[in-house]
Amino acid sequence: MTTSSLVQIALYLGALLVCVKPLGLYMARAYSGHVPYFGRVVEPLERLLYRLGGIDQKAEMSWRKYATALLTFSFVGFLAVYGLQRLQGMLPLNPEGLLAVSPDSSFNTAVSFTTNTNWQGYSGENTMSYLTQMLGLAVQNFVSAAAGMAVLVALIRGFIRRQSATIGNFWVDLVRGILYVLLPLSLILAVVLVSQGVVQTFSRYQQVSLLEPTVDATEKTVTTQQIAEGPAASQIAIKQLGTNGGGFFNVNSAHPFENPTPLSDFLEMLAILLIPAALCCTFGEMVGDRRQGWVVLAAMFFVFIVMLGVSCISEQQHNPTLASLGVDQTPSPLQSGGNMEGKEVRFGIVNSSIWSVATTAASNGSVNSMHDSFMPLGGLVAMWLMQLGEVIFGGVGSGLYGMIVFAIVGVFIAGLMVGRTPEYLGKKIGAYEMKMAALVILLPCAMVLLGTACAVSVQAGREGMLNPGPHGFTEVLYALSSTSNNNGSAFAGLGVNTPFYNGLLGLAMLVGRFCVMIPTLAIAGSLASKNSVPVGPGTLPTHSPLFVVLLIAVIVVVGALSFFPALALGPIVEYLTLLSR
Amino acid sequence: MLKQLRSSLVLLAALTLLTGIVYPIVVTVIAQVVFPHQANGSILHVGDKIVGSALIGQPFSNPKYFWGRPSATTPISYNAAASSGSNYGPLNPALKKAAESRIAMLRKYPTPNSPVPVDLVTASASGLDPHTSLAAAEYQVPRVATARKMSEEAVRELVVRYAEGRQFGLMGEPRVNVLRLNLALDQFHAVK
Repeated sequence: MTTSSLVQIALYLGALLVCVKPLGLYMARAYSGHVPYFGRVVEPLERLLYRLGGIDQKAEMSWRKYATALLTFSFVGFLAVYGLQRLQGMLPLNPEGLLAVSPDSSFNTAVSFTTNTNWQGYSGENTMSYLTQMLGLAVQNFVSAAAGMAVLVALIRGFIRRQSATIGNFWVDLVRGILYVLLPLSLILAVVLVSQGVVQTFSRYQQVSLLEPTVDATEKTVTTQQIAEGPAASQIAIKQLGTNGGGFFNVNSAHPFENPTPLSDFLEMLAILLIPAALCCTFGEMVGDRRQGWVVLAAMFFVFIVMLGVSCISEQQHNPTLASLGVDQTPSPLQSGGNMEGKEVRFGIVNSSIWSVATTAASNGSVNSMHDSFMPLGGLVAMWLMQLGEVIFGGVGSGLYGMIVFAIVGVFIAGLMVGRTPEYLGKKIGAYEMKMAALVILLPCAMVLLGTACAVSVQAGREGMLNPGPHGFTEVLYALSSTSNNNGSAFAGLGVNTPFYNGLLGLAMLVGRFCVMIPTLAIAGSLASKNSVPVGPGTLPTHSPLFVVLLIAVIVVVGALSFFPALALGPIVEYLTLLSR
Repeated sequence: MLKQLRSSLVLLAALTLLTGIVYPIVVTVIAQVVFPHQANGSILHVGDKIVGSALIGQPFSNPKYFWGRPSATTPISYNAAASSGSNYGPLNPALKKAAESRIAMLRKYPTPNSPVPVDLVTASASGLDPHTSLAAAEYQVPRVATARKMSEEAVRELVVRYAEGRQFGLMGEPRVNVLRLNLALDQFHAVK
């Protein structure tokens, strides 16, 4: 790695760490409803929303009621996004006159955005009208992210409360996440992004004349370039902050209008991990022992840095195929060198690698380079981070509640080793919690592997592959890993806008979202109903470096054992082939 | 249950109004007032003619212009209404073929004896990359100079003038905007 790469990585991680504590403590206050100054501005709006919705702010919910509120809200959101796509041809704010989206693609996209996945089977600039993007997709970016954060807050209450039948109020948690956290941050980020050149307009696509006329595929002369624009900045800000990832344009944040400069790139990458990292601090603050939050954050950081190292080194390597043609891939002050296929010059190798690791560690899924064209190990890192269950930072809220479930499994395993009843944060972990934790971890794993097996055994699944050989298999495995863990990034060569993939991947996204959320809420309900036990000599301290190691080991062992055979058929065999060239 | 359905519907409608209409409109108003040039696509003018966007690359194949990155968009390269990468894996034979034909195109004209810089033979992620590396620009100096009957020094001087370093000296990679450089080349001749 070059010095400049190391400096840019250090700058990124440093900026992230600086933001964690202030934002984390702020969010802890926001969810308890006590925000000074800013709160006075927002509170009247908050109360208005409750009054309109017929919501009693003080009413508490059992975990079952919390879960049904969440499911009802998600289902209504799904219907709205589906309906908007099917009817967009007759609706306003459609200057390009785009037609209704097909039923299977509409289903897939509606599931995708309500589950905070933002898998995109369609191409933004020539499928979705401005109205659909704004009222359907951008709204879900906010509410699906806030819903994930709400479930996390409910789980934290499970640890704090004693002998309680309730875990909070879903509507209140949802509204506070949006009003106090997501909306103000998005507004700031959107304006800064526009200053860098991200477009924000409701005008038609621009027509410009080319400096040198060119010819199209049929040898016809073309003298103009049509440039897609739109209200992009407002949507990009929230897609980064809410770990949504769904781009305004087809190539997402590789598009110069979505991510024009190194500074916009830096801020968009920072926004990916900002809230997931800060929530660790929120967690520590809310359970009354900040060290508990730092331990979780340390485990995430460690895995992240190791993966980032592998990715950077891998992408900086020479592709032997190109080297044999006399291509210069060595880094110098005049070029970043390395594997530049599917990457942008302004970002070079290092920023493409940081982004790919951040976006797959968090369940964001936006890209600033084409993961399909990564070297085998660079692609493997991105895929494996998703397969770990999106707990290394993960989605806003969803990443941390997944991580807490892993912590529960961690104390259980430690408890087995010494023959003690496991406890976490003062609550005894019983058979019921363990069953639910097992479901949270195993269901998405099963969906990835069974879904991939299904797709590669039928013609409709194999037809989608763009690249030959093991890389084609990797494309399918990547798609299932991404959707089953609600990430949304893609090896984009795979042709997925077909009824087969729209259906299969839609199902995977539903499993990845709700088969994880509902058991998590069940754990929250069960823990809240228990009394807390005092710390004894047999209690495993969960704020020590030892626990960081244990937590990482549990995550890595589960991830490695579940997916090694599948990875061996894809990126690993491709890597070995490359070595032999 | 019915009460929850009502709360869901009303809350979704209210939040749609807030995050789907009010929020983008507020951002648009601020953007159009404070940063109108950027918000509308960083459009470049020569006189009163629109000649492109500073952020969107254009296709070039004439030897007298600098060429940008290969672009995988269809049906024309640098199609700014349908951004796309090639998505070729590192071992895909199509990747090798594309690089070979690009190298052959470059070598039709006077070029240095050194190896070809990698960004000049690989497709960008967006298909619209407005930049090349400085190495890629340097590699094309002899061709452009010959085609325009200019001295290599004069061409090189323009490249240096349009080169952009790392932002704040730290972020991103050094690069040059191909469209801006080519517009400057045309102007250079117009002035003479």
